[in-house]
Amino acid sequence: MTELLDSTSPSESPIMTETTASAISAGDGPLKMTTRNVDVFYGEKQAIKDVSIDVTMDNVTAFIGPSGCGKSTFLRCLNRMNDTIPIARVTGDITLEGEDIYAPKMDVVQLRARVGMVFQKPNPFPKSIYDNIAYGPRIHGLASSKDELDNIVETSLQRAGLWGEVQDRLQDSGTALSGGQQQRLCIARAIAVDPEVILMDEPCSALDPIATAKIEELIHELRGKYAIVIVTHNMQQAARVSQRTAFFHLGTLVEYGVTSDIFTNPTEEKTRDYITGRYG
Amino acid sequence: MTGSILFMLIIVLGGIAWFFGRVKASRFSADNKKRGAVHSLPNYHGWYVALWAIGPALLFLMIWNMASPALITDAALTSPAAEQLPQDPFARGAILAEARSIASGQQVQAFNPLSQSMVEPYRTAISYYRTLGMVAALLLVFACGAFGWLKLKPELRARTKIERVTMLLLLFASLIATITTIGIFVSLIFESARFFSMVSPIDFLFGTEWNPKAVAGPRGETGFGAIPLFWGTVFIGAIIAMIVAIPLGLMSAIYLTQYAPPNFRAWMKPILEVLAGVPTVVYGYFAALTVAPALRDFAVSIGISGASSESALAAGVVMGIMIIPFVSSMADDSIAAVPSAMRDGSLAMGATKSETIKKVLIPAALPGVVGGVLLAVSRAIGETMIVVMAAGLAANMTANPFSSVTTVTTQIVKLLTGDQEFDSPKTLAAFALGLVLFIVTLLLNLIALRVVKKYREAYE
Repeated sequence: MTELLDSTSPSESPIMTETTASAISAGDGPLKMTTRNVDVFYGEKQAIKDVSIDVTMDNVTAFIGPSGCGKSTFLRCLNRMNDTIPIARVTGDITLEGEDIYAPKMDVVQLRARVGMVFQKPNPFPKSIYDNIAYGPRIHGLASSKDELDNIVETSLQRAGLWGEVQDRLQDSGTALSGGQQQRLCIARAIAVDPEVILMDEPCSALDPIATAKIEELIHELRGKYAIVIVTHNMQQAARVSQRTAFFHLGTLVEYGVTSDIFTNPTEEKTRDYITGRYG
Repeated sequence: MTGSILFMLIIVLGGIAWFFGRVKASRFSADNKKRGAVHSLPNYHGWYVALWAIGPALLFLMIWNMASPALITDAALTSPAAEQLPQDPFARGAILAEARSIASGQQVQAFNPLSQSMVEPYRTAISYYRTLGMVAALLLVFACGAFGWLKLKPELRARTKIERVTMLLLLFASLIATITTIGIFVSLIFESARFFSMVSPIDFLFGTEWNPKAVAGPRGETGFGAIPLFWGTVFIGAIIAMIVAIPLGLMSAIYLTQYAPPNFRAWMKPILEVLAGVPTVVYGYFAALTVAPALRDFAVSIGISGASSESALAAGVVMGIMIIPFVSSMADDSIAAVPSAMRDGSLAMGATKSETIKKVLIPAALPGVVGGVLLAVSRAIGETMIVVMAAGLAANMTANPFSSVTTVTTQIVKLLTGDQEFDSPKTLAAFALGLVLFIVTLLLNLIALRVVKKYREAYE
């Protein structure tokens, strides 16, 4: 952290972003999702104010910020999980491949198949490992035969780096696995429906350091195959796994840019205070 | 002096003992200012003395009240009047009982002149033993109170001892329910054993003819084959009632937990629970006067033969409605106990709400739901009022829901209503039926509780 501090004298910091409200396309790669002027309200309370972020295919995008800054709320807008909260209201434009995901004709079932999600606490279903993975393909009708389904299950588990550990006990309950394995099972479950984007909401906060390292390694491997957005309260983790970082504070997007720049040369005072540990 | 005055006197003396104990303890507390020199607060010392004063005396009175009737009778029998008593134990016992109730003032006039002659010896004996017990109890209060008071000293661990007495008192309170259950079970077993000494258990449990007679028929048949009763009970309580209650209860629970807006749920759930509080007799006449005739007319109109105005279907359907709140509230609890992460996980996979309910919530909540259903079944087969009023008395072995069947509880009521001798197999059969019912519901409850408990552990 002291290293970071040394290199962040205000005079040197280049302007990476123009304003917090403007559309920010942070760097290269094909655009996957765009968000423009998104506001989220919980009843009367505004939880997200005017956030615009682009998610690219080739980069892992991290959302960081202190607790209650709205990063998870914003993440849940991207696959409309906020729909499950009756008092939540989302305004602004959010697109996936140019399609407005909040448009009336958008089918939320299809959307969530395309934008998968991994939660803070591993939440495997109380079913067998096999059935956990097969859950999505079954409800979306992705496999026409048993062989095909077996194939999807195997590929998904392989991609999530879990195949070797569970291939002999696919019929065991998913809840019997260790915490880290459960989380990788949940990632495999998300992968099984072949999504375009994977949202991860603090996926390692309930895991020990070794399991965390495995998940981070997995994120590296999955990068490029899926657009990945990860929410984390762990700044080192954001620095390790992401190429783009967005810093949220009190429901606003303070700064969004290339991860290394955010951590070495933050434009905004608040960002610098946060990453140097002055608050949060 | 009557028993209640004596009891109050002992309590008052206990209060005085408390006061003396406290005064003594306050005095030595004042003398020993050093921290820890006096183990307990004066209050505990007071209670210590009070308990010593009251406890042994009350215990003695309890034992005395149980033992003294025998002593009184023995004393009365030593009187000269006792020599005229008949030797036949039955007549003798009746006379003694009468004399005793006159002597203790429960009866005014003797029916038998011999009893009248025994009244005086009884009266003497009663007052003698009563005075003796009273004096002994009061002596015990003073002696034990003084003993407790003398034991008070700064290092006495009065607080620890009071804690232990409190614990024992609470233990005693909790044992009462358990002991009652065991007592009921034991008495059922004894009465049933008497029944089974007259009727073979095999005839009872596997016989198919229920037509209880006090005396065996020409071929030794007694008509105590309970299979039609068991069938009727299962048919109404476990089949028809559950066909009504399980889907309705489960679906209402799903609606209330997953779909209902919070304010709708807020008034809908209490109303559903009120259903459980309606007295069963109200359901009973609802079944007998409204549902049963309607069903009979319906059955006749579609040409079903054997339709009776007391039908298994009427009783079963109404019982099912009565059971809905049980199933629904257990299912509601178990569905609500499924972590919301599970639901979110499924929704995030793109599952719809009903897919999530069907594939994730219900399987996860299933053990709790099964437990609720088992409890509901055990409630249903023990239910009496509805079946007495709506199911009928004819012991039919039929699967036709429109005909009349009878249940175990109905027959128990029938066997025990009116004047009955308590040693005829007809009456004792009620105990045997009760025993079977008790064992079955007990097993159902045990299994249900175990299932529910196991399920709770899975999410904690």
